[in-house]
Amino acid sequence: MLNVKVLGSGCANCKRLEALVRKTVADRGLDAEVEKVTDYAQMMRWNIMQTPGLVVNDVLVSAGRIPSEAEIAGWLA
Amino acid sequence: MLEGAIMAQTISTPTASPSGAARRLWLIIAGAALAWLAAYNIIQPLADWLTFTLIGLERGSHLGESLAFFLYDVPKILLLLGGMIFAISTLRSFFSAERTRALLGGRREGVGNVLAAGLGVLTPFCSCSAVPLFIGFVESGIPLGVTFSFLIAAPMVNEVALVLLFGMFGWGIAALYLLAGLSVAIVAGVIIGRLKMERYVEDFVWQIKGGGGAVAEQRPTWAERFAQAWQSTREIVGKVWLYVVIGIAVGAGIHGFVPADALAGVMGADAWWSVPAAVLLGVPLYANAAGVIPVVQALMAKGAALGTVLAFMMSVVALSLPEMIILRRVLKPRLIATFIGVVSAGIIAIGYLFNLVI
Repeated sequence: MLNVKVLGSGCANCKRLEALVRKTVADRGLDAEVEKVTDYAQMMRWNIMQTPGLVVNDVLVSAGRIPSEAEIAGWLA
Repeated sequence: MLEGAIMAQTISTPTASPSGAARRLWLIIAGAALAWLAAYNIIQPLADWLTFTLIGLERGSHLGESLAFFLYDVPKILLLLGGMIFAISTLRSFFSAERTRALLGGRREGVGNVLAAGLGVLTPFCSCSAVPLFIGFVESGIPLGVTFSFLIAAPMVNEVALVLLFGMFGWGIAALYLLAGLSVAIVAGVIIGRLKMERYVEDFVWQIKGGGGAVAEQRPTWAERFAQAWQSTREIVGKVWLYVVIGIAVGAGIHGFVPADALAGVMGADAWWSVPAAVLLGVPLYANAAGVIPVVQALMAKGAALGTVLAFMMSVVALSLPEMIILRRVLKPRLIATFIGVVSAGIIAIGYLFNLVI
């Protein structure tokens, strides 16, 4: 099972990314758990400078922007 | 032979279609720019025609002048916001927080502060990213004072404020604002650096050891730059347009109905207390930064002094309550208080200076 983390403190873009990730997972029937990380000390494990960040299986795949649904699906495939 | 021809074809085909797409992209951009220019030039006659011919209000009447002002200013400012934010966002796609951090690494104080303030204007920044950005800077060894120069300049000299100032006051005052904002950010950063306040940063910040490096940055294509710029333009304009319209409506009311020089006594250059009062008043007004400028412009037309008005604006955007609350996560109260104190003092000094000189 994939583990997906959305890094963000609750800004508008972070919420939008979380919703988009959940939608992608649901639409494609993927086997993935989606987590939200709001603690800065934890978030900085991935050394991000701009939220929201997206982490798939402990690897940071994007930061500071909202990727397209196709991109997200690519990382989750 | 045949193999060579096929290979040449497979090589040339994929390059041929992107260049066609690129040409179409630039054509769209050029077409949009032309349409923008045409719209920008038609709004003045259109507003006059609507007010004085179609509705039939009299030229020079309070109501007529207010309405014509409103009908001209709303589309003008919205067009300016849309067009210029798109251009600025495209420019900003060449900068990123990671690159800025790399540029600032190992700079001395002074040079570092100047560079940080400048990059603060150009790097895409959202106050919700202030904390990770702060940690990322400090952790990589950028001095605290240099980090603050960046954090002060980024929200203060923001694109919405600059575009609105340009639209309502002209490029001279927009440029003055840019210079004044950079000066405050540089000087305040140097002072905070000299005060040696590292121990007033929350302890967990110093303990973080960033593990897995950031995402490998890939050069975006022009199509991606424009797409991203278009998205942020829609987002920003969608967020501020209502404030702008309300602000212009209030401003139009002031233009038409408040007698000229009514405010010279309260907000003029001779009232010494008006600058600190304006700064104090600006702190809780963050959400309405976009609506404040049209009102402020109307106030100036009625005798308020430029320095007072600029101080008010800077305080609205640079000393916002929400940002202080966000920064509290990484800064101890003493450092927050110092930050507010130093920046306020800088803004007040700018206000007095402009009132004195202009």
